[in-house]
Amino acid sequence: MTPEIVEAVFLSLKVSLFAVLISLPPGVVVAYILARWRFRGHMLLNGLVHLPLILPPVVTGYALLLVFSPAAPVGAAMESFGIGLAFRWTGAAVAAAVMAFPLLVRAIRLSIEAVDPRLEEAAATLGSSQVRVWYTVTLPLVLPGIIAGTILGFAKAMGEFGATITFVSNIPGETRTIPSAIYAFLQVPGGEPAVLWLVGVSVSVALGALALSEWVGRRVARRVAGRDA
Amino acid sequence: MLEIMVRHHVPGFRLDVDFQAPSGVTALFGKSGAGKTTLVRAVAGLVRAKHARVLVNGVTLEDSAQGLRVPPYRRRIGYVFQDGRLFPHMTVRQNLAYGQRAVGRGDLPMQPVVTLLGIAHLLDRRPADLSGGEAQRVALGRALMSAPRLLLMDEPLAALDRARKNEILPYLDRICRETGVPILYVTHSLTEIARLASTVAVIDAGKIQRVGPVAEVLSDPDLAPNLGVQDAGAVLNARVVAHHTDGLSELQVSGGTLWLPRVQADVGRDLRVRVAARDVIVARDRPSRISALNILPAQVRQVRQGTGPGVILQLSTGDDLLLARLTRRSATALELRPGCNVFAVIKSVSVAPADVSVDDEALSASKPDLPE
Repeated sequence: MTPEIVEAVFLSLKVSLFAVLISLPPGVVVAYILARWRFRGHMLLNGLVHLPLILPPVVTGYALLLVFSPAAPVGAAMESFGIGLAFRWTGAAVAAAVMAFPLLVRAIRLSIEAVDPRLEEAAATLGSSQVRVWYTVTLPLVLPGIIAGTILGFAKAMGEFGATITFVSNIPGETRTIPSAIYAFLQVPGGEPAVLWLVGVSVSVALGALALSEWVGRRVARRVAGRDA
Repeated sequence: MLEIMVRHHVPGFRLDVDFQAPSGVTALFGKSGAGKTTLVRAVAGLVRAKHARVLVNGVTLEDSAQGLRVPPYRRRIGYVFQDGRLFPHMTVRQNLAYGQRAVGRGDLPMQPVVTLLGIAHLLDRRPADLSGGEAQRVALGRALMSAPRLLLMDEPLAALDRARKNEILPYLDRICRETGVPILYVTHSLTEIARLASTVAVIDAGKIQRVGPVAEVLSDPDLAPNLGVQDAGAVLNARVVAHHTDGLSELQVSGGTLWLPRVQADVGRDLRVRVAARDVIVARDRPSRISALNILPAQVRQVRQGTGPGVILQLSTGDDLLLARLTRRSATALELRPGCNVFAVIKSVSVAPADVSVDDEALSASKPDLPE
């Protein structure tokens, strides 16, 4: 294993971790809104959330570039505060977060829809404000979905390539995540051993995430269903 | 003291009620679709009615005329749902403590409620591991632990089979007698009313037909069609005199003596027994050599002609009222008119154990003021 491989692996882990951390809070809010509120524009919001899932990733990356490039107003403003995204690892994290968002929202929304609103009603009659109902009843019951969504999102972020490379390019040590590194190594003669290493890491991280989500999910589901974990 | 006014309109249904009920247990009786659940949900604040006024013991919880509306979680109304609705991710103990903490009464001891409901052995279990009857007892306890100023019970026994019902009824009895919390009890079971309630409000098609003490309302022949002619029946106040070795219990009622199959109550206890109108036979002369054991001298007070072949008689026996259902032909043949002296024959087996209730102070309130 060469330092470049190790670098790409740790960068990928860092980028993916940040990606789920930034998409989780809005993901829960949007999932709750889509699951529980009926309003004009519901379809529009739903479509918007799903857009990164159906658009070519390159298009999503280009859209991010249009908004966050230093030439654009938003990007310029962020640049002046020193939090610019272009060609930085934070940009890679944002690209991964956007791509992981629909998967996250779908999983959480399904689990919110599975929570019996009559339990929330009962909690209200027992003296709980809406906020307390949320974190004492709804959130614990939705937890399996949040965990599943997070792990799914993490795996998606680990594999994100198209939007990332379009938005923040392929800079070693900054934006060269595992998929970008595999692509780069395939471009040079004698790159196959590094590619094999990276493929191996990719596969094991993906399988590990899947196994973890299964295990945690089953544990939480058992607890939520009222059986001792 | 309960004051409830709710006007609520949804497509195809109009709820328009305005009534008052004294403290104690008020049964809200009506067929399904009569608006019972909508009414209690409005009282709890779960349904936002256009016009509503809800007062519990002088505290205003809602008054749309003044634009006042206390949100559900501040009403301190314990709601016992038909389907329990225990929190599946919490133990029984956590379920019980839930409301207690929400209303900031973490100091409230759990022990009295746990003892009252006999759920001490269930505290560490999860709702999924409880039987239907156990779950409903925990739900009752959870509502009680939130220190409610009013308990709403929406057919708490309807989802249970007969054996489970009989398992819970004694606990309900105790809650009604020992907690002193006013209760609005939704049901379509006359048995439960006779056993638990002191006041009945009869609701039909979104309107209150009648509010009054249990004995008075149940013995009103005019209401029999509302209550269901098959099930109509009056309530007698009785006291256990003795248990005899042949398996019968002797009960004193104001009009005489009743013999019932062994009653599960100590000698000296006051009980309420419900006598279905269809189980009462009327005779002009005292029957002799008859297998029925219970013969009470009575006087006809009202004869109500229905549209069918039947009539319903209201009889007074001592201080109590009885209903009797017979055919119009019999009524004509016996020349039954108000004021006639008759004998009411009650088959002792007709008073089922589930219809026998241990009485409480509420009974005195339910005694009708007999007009002369």
